[in-house]
Amino acid sequence: MDWQGQKLAEQLMQILLLAFAVVAFATGYISGSFQMMVLIYAVGVVLTTLVTVPNWPFFNRHPLKWLDPSEAEKHPKPQEAVSAKKKPAKNMI
Amino acid sequence: MHSLGFRVNALLTLGVTVLALMCVIASLSDNLSVPSPSANVQVLNFNWFQKQSEGNEEVSLTFKIAADLQSMFTWNTKQVFVFLAAEYETPKNSLNQVSLWDGIIPSKEHAKFLIHTTNKYRFVDQGSNLRGKEFNLTLHWHVMPKTGKMFADKIAMTGYRMPKEYR
Repeated sequence: MDWQGQKLAEQLMQILLLAFAVVAFATGYISGSFQMMVLIYAVGVVLTTLVTVPNWPFFNRHPLKWLDPSEAEKHPKPQEAVSAKKKPAKNMI
Repeated sequence: MHSLGFRVNALLTLGVTVLALMCVIASLSDNLSVPSPSANVQVLNFNWFQKQSEGNEEVSLTFKIAADLQSMFTWNTKQVFVFLAAEYETPKNSLNQVSLWDGIIPSKEHAKFLIHTTNKYRFVDQGSNLRGKEFNLTLHWHVMPKTGKMFADKIAMTGYRMPKEYR
């Protein structure tokens, strides 16, 4: 999943679970059946799992643009700055 | 949310937390209904009344219990445990409670009942204080919920008296 997809998945998960909880509680209370509430909520959990857990295509609508490998080779990481920073850190310890 | 395992974990955790919240609210919703139980006990006969060899008195009685506990049942009630206790005072103990009969009411339909029986459990005193003794017959009940705290209550019915002599 891409970043936008992950945010969407998290929001969908929270909203779906809460919505099913409210519907389940209301149905159970009005019909006077505790079993009805647990059943509706269980169905809700399964449905939420099917919607948010697998890596569906609609979670990947803003794919990340990674750099082409040939482009990255043209700009190597600077070596001198890395070794210079290490020595003072060791002295402080 | 970057991996499948992460999402499964998040879903299960949130799912269980929301389920716990639902159970708490369900348990609190029980306080909204006000129960109005009623009961009546009739002692039909004192079958026998003897002093045992150890010096303790024992009595056997036949009684009729008519009770209506239907208002105790809510959507969150699993069962109601009910028992009848004989309560009296002696010089040694300020309160003696002897359980004579008990039963489990599994549903609302069974909560209105009429039981005609002898005492299920033996009524034995600590000593010999029962001749002519005045006692109460108290119907106790424990309401066991599907989720939440169990609570107990009772109705005391007064005015019963033991026979004056052994029989």
